[in-house]
Amino acid sequence: MNTDSGFNPGLNMATIRQAINETIERVRMPTPTRLRDLIRQIRAAKTQAEERAVVNRECAYIRSTFREEDSVWRCRNIAKLFYIHMLGYPAHFGQLECLKLIASPKFTDKRIGYLGAMLLLDERQDVHLLITNCLKNDLNSPTQFVVGLALCTLGAIASPEMARDLAGEIEKLMKSPNAYIRKKAILCAFRIIRRVPELMEIFLPATRSLLNEKNHGILITGVTLITEMCENSPDTLNHFKKIVPNLVRILKNLILAGYSPEHDVSGVSDPFLQVKILRLLRILGRNDPEASEAMNDILAQVATNTETSKNVGNTILYETVLTIMDIKSEGGLRVLAVNILGRFLLNNDKNIRYIALHTLLKTVNVDISAVQRHRSTILECLKDPDVTIRKRAIELSFALVNAQNIRAMAKELLIFLEKADPEFKAQCSSSMVLSAERYAPTIRWHLDTLLSVLIAAGNYVRDDVTSSTIQMISSSPANEQTYITVKFWDAIQETQDNQPLLQVAVWCIGEYGDQILYDSELEFTNERPTESTIIDLYNKLLWSNQVNTVSKQYSLVSLAKLSTRIKNGQNNIKEIIEMFGSHLNIDLQQRGVEFTQLFGPYKHLRESLLEKMPAMTINRINGANSNGEMIGEGEVIRSNSSDKVVNNGNIRSNTDTLLDLLGSGDDIISSSSFTIPTSTPAPAATNNLLDLLGDIDLGAPTISVNNNNNNNNSATSPITMSILDDNENTKIPDVTTMFNINGSSGGNAQANNSNYDLGDFLSSPTLHNTSAKIITVFDKNDLVITFATSRHNDDYIEVLMSTTNNSMDTLEQYLFQAAVPKSFQLQMMSPTGSVLLPGGVITQEMRVRSNSPSAVLRMKLRISFVCNGNPILEQAEVSNFPDV
Amino acid sequence: MMQFMLLFSRQGKLRLQKWYVAHQDKVKKKITRELISTILARKPKMCSFLEYKESKIVYKRYASLYFCCAVEQEDNELLTLEIIHRYVELLDKYFGSVCELDIIFNFEKAYFILDELLVGGEIQETSKKNVLKAIAAQDVLQEDETPQGFFEDHGLG
Repeated sequence: MNTDSGFNPGLNMATIRQAINETIERVRMPTPTRLRDLIRQIRAAKTQAEERAVVNRECAYIRSTFREEDSVWRCRNIAKLFYIHMLGYPAHFGQLECLKLIASPKFTDKRIGYLGAMLLLDERQDVHLLITNCLKNDLNSPTQFVVGLALCTLGAIASPEMARDLAGEIEKLMKSPNAYIRKKAILCAFRIIRRVPELMEIFLPATRSLLNEKNHGILITGVTLITEMCENSPDTLNHFKKIVPNLVRILKNLILAGYSPEHDVSGVSDPFLQVKILRLLRILGRNDPEASEAMNDILAQVATNTETSKNVGNTILYETVLTIMDIKSEGGLRVLAVNILGRFLLNNDKNIRYIALHTLLKTVNVDISAVQRHRSTILECLKDPDVTIRKRAIELSFALVNAQNIRAMAKELLIFLEKADPEFKAQCSSSMVLSAERYAPTIRWHLDTLLSVLIAAGNYVRDDVTSSTIQMISSSPANEQTYITVKFWDAIQETQDNQPLLQVAVWCIGEYGDQILYDSELEFTNERPTESTIIDLYNKLLWSNQVNTVSKQYSLVSLAKLSTRIKNGQNNIKEIIEMFGSHLNIDLQQRGVEFTQLFGPYKHLRESLLEKMPAMTINRINGANSNGEMIGEGEVIRSNSSDKVVNNGNIRSNTDTLLDLLGSGDDIISSSSFTIPTSTPAPAATNNLLDLLGDIDLGAPTISVNNNNNNNNSATSPITMSILDDNENTKIPDVTTMFNINGSSGGNAQANNSNYDLGDFLSSPTLHNTSAKIITVFDKNDLVITFATSRHNDDYIEVLMSTTNNSMDTLEQYLFQAAVPKSFQLQMMSPTGSVLLPGGVITQEMRVRSNSPSAVLRMKLRISFVCNGNPILEQAEVSNFPDV
Repeated sequence: MMQFMLLFSRQGKLRLQKWYVAHQDKVKKKITRELISTILARKPKMCSFLEYKESKIVYKRYASLYFCCAVEQEDNELLTLEIIHRYVELLDKYFGSVCELDIIFNFEKAYFILDELLVGGEIQETSKKNVLKAIAAQDVLQEDETPQGFFEDHGLG
C-alpha cells in the first residue's frame, strides 16, 4: 500500500465517515443523564421503592450503552455506577467497562477507570489478568499522572499474582528521578512484599539511597518499606541495623529544625514521619543493646521536647514511650516513659486516657512497680462512662493486684463489680475469685470476699465461682465454716433471686446447719435461724418460681443432709422430700424418690450417707503458676496431620516441660480453662462403676455416669457432690442415679424408679470385661470425646480417641492434643481428619508406654477447632483411665 | 497499614469507602453495616477507639460526617486521628469549607484526594501543598481534553 503518498482517499473517507457517524449518533442518541443530575434524582426519591426505581432505570440504561464500541459517554455512565454501588446496589457488571476506560488514551477515562478498578474489583476476579496488562502499559507511560494512577491502583488491589507480575516494573520506578512517581512506587513495593514476602530480595538494593533524600514523601514511604522488610526476616533486620544513625539524624533534624510551614502540624514538624521513624527504631533496637544505646539520647530528647498540649504531640510521645519500653533503654528513660503514661492517665482527652491504659497494660510485665504508682488513677478509670476505657481499666486493675494491695484493690473492684454491666460481671467475678485465691491475706477475708462477689455479681457469675466458693468453704477450719454459714444465712434473708448465692448458701446450711443452729453465741444481723424457720425457708425455695432447677437440686440435697443435722423436724423434712417423688422435673423427682428411700426402708443408711463432706483439697493452680506461664500455652504436643515435622524426640521434651509446669506433686491438676478443682475421687469406686457399666452395656448413659465419676462437676450434679464421701457405700446412690435417668428417659415419669431398689443393685453381679474399655473424657456443647483403651501385648496401652460432633454446626481445623506425665511416653498417630460435619466423627490413635509400672496414667487434653468462624479452645483432663 | 476508610453520615448513609484489603462485597457490606451502627450508638464524649475483630477502629466526627478507619494492632491510633484530620483539611482546602454535600456530589474528587494522600493504606505525602498541587494538575489535564463548544455536555457533567 502506498501510504506515504499525500492523498489516500480510502483512509480519508473512513475518517470523515467516522466523524460524521459520531456526530449523527450524538444528535440521534439522547445525552445520558449527567452524574450530578442522577445524584440529585436519587436524593429526591422520597421512598426506598422510588430510589430503587430510579436506580434500576439508570442501571438498565447503562447496561444498554455497553454494546457501543467507542462511546464518549462511557466514563460518565461508569461514574454513575460508582454512586449506585455506594448505595449498596450491585454494580459488578461494570467491571469490564472499567477496563475499557483504563485502556482509553484519555486521562479522564483513565482516572475514572482506575477509580472503578479500585472500587469494583475484588481479588477473585478473572479480570485481574487483564488489568495487570493495562497496569504494565501505564506504568511505562510518559505522563507522570498516568503512572501515578496505575501505581495507586496497584497499591490498593495488588493480588499475589499481580505482585509477582509487576514487581520488576515497580523496582525500576523506585529508582525514578521523579519524586511523585518514586514515593508511590516505594509504597507499591511495600504492598507487594506484604502480599508476597519472598519478593523482598528484588527491592533490597533500591532501598539503599532512600534515607538520604530530603523529600519527606520519599523519606516516609522509604521508612515504611524498610519497616516492613525488617519485620519480614531477621536477616534483613540485621542488615538494616546500620541505618540507626541515619534515622537518629533525620529525627534530630526534624525536632531541631526551625518552623517549616510545609510539614508543620500544630507546631510539630512532620509528626507522620516522626512516628514512622520511632517505630522503625523500636524494631531495630529490640533485644539489641548496642542499637538501643545509639538511640537513647534522641528518645530522651523527643520525650522531653515534644509539646503536649495537642493531639499531635501526644501521638509522638505515645510512639516514643512504646519504643522506650520495647528496646533495651536506660532505666532513667523508662521512668520517664512511665511518667508520661501517668500524665496521659490524667489527661482530659478520653483518647489519651485510653492510650495510657492500653500501654500500661503492655508495660505491666516490664516494670510493675512503676505502674503501681498510678494505681489510684487507674481505679478511677473504672468509673468512666465509656465502655472501651472501662474494659482497659479492668484488665489493668487485675494485672496490678498483688499480696500487698489485695485488700484495697478488692474493695474498689467489688464496688465496680456491683455496678458493672452484665458483660463485665461474669469476667470480673471470675478474675476476682482467682485474685482472691492467689493473694488472700486470711481465710476469713477470702471467704468474705467470695461472699461479696456472689452478692455483687448476682446471676451473672460463672459456675466456677460457685464451685470454687463451696470448695474454699469446705476446706476451711470449722469456726470459719460456721462464720460464713451465718453470713450466707443472713444474705439469703435479704434476697432469694440470686441463684449462685442461693446455691452456696443452701450448700453451707446443709453441711453446717447444726453449727449455726445450736450455738447461742453466734450473732446474726437478721433473724436467728431456728429449725422451723430453716425448714420453712426450704419449703419456700423449693416451690418458688424464682428459684431455678439447679438451685432446687442444691436445696433438696441440702435439706436431706439437714435431716441428719437437726434434732427435731425430721418428719417435716420427710414430708417435703416425699412431695418431690412426683415432681414434674425428672431430676428433682428422682432425688425425691431416692431420698424418700432414706427415710423408709434404708433409714439405717441415712446417717452415714449424709455425713459431712471431707474437706476438698484446694488446688491452687494459679498460685503455683503465678510466676510461670499458664498451663497449656503452647507446651502441648501438636499432633495434627498438617504438622508432620514433629518427631518423637520433640514430643518427649514438650511433654516434660508441660509436666514440669504441672508441678511435681501427685495432686490432680485441673486445666486452666476449667478451674473447678477436684475433690479426691475414689479410683476404686470409679473403676467398679465402669466395670458394672461395661457389663450392663448401657451405651448412651456412659456420659452421665462419667460426669458423676469425675465428681468435680459440683455445679451440675450436686447430688454426687454432697453424698459422695469416703464411705464405702458411696457408689450406691450414684448407680441409682444413673440407672434411674435411664429408666425414666422413656418419657414415663411415674415413680417406677423405686423398682430399682438399692438392694437389688448391690447384688448385681460384676463381671470383668476383657475388650476395650470406653470412657467419655469430654462432653461439652455437643462435642463428645471418648477414649477406648486396651492393652496391646503388654507393650503399650492403645487409646483410640473418637470425637463425635452432635451439634448442628460444622467444626473445622479440629485439632486434638494430649500430654501425659513424665513416667509415660505418648505416641500420637495421624487423626482421620480435621473437619467435623454435624454428626461426624474423627478418630485418632494414641499409644502410651509406661516407664515405671507403678505410675498412674493421667492425660491433659487440649482441643481446638473453628466453629462458625470462631476459634474455640477447650481443655480437659483425664485421670480415670480404666485398668487394662 | 490502614485496612479501610469509611465515611458515613449521622443518618448512617455511606458516603465514601476505600478498601486496602481484599474482601468480598458481601463481607465489606457486613463490616460497614456493623461499624456504622456501633459507632452511631456511641455517645459524643466517648473515646475514638473501638476494638473490632483483629483491628483497631479509629473514628472521628466532623460536622455531620463520620470518618472511620480500621488500622492494624501495631498502628498508632492517635496518628490515625491525625491522618483523618489531614484528609479533612485537604477536602476543606480543595472544596473551600467542605460540607457533606460537596462529598456527595463530588465523591470521585474525594477519592482522588485520598489517593494522593494514601497509597496502599500508608501515607505517601506529608505536605498538604504537594497533594493539592498534584490534584490541581490532574484536574487541568482533565479539563484540557474536554472539548468546549457545540457539545458542551462532555465529561462527567
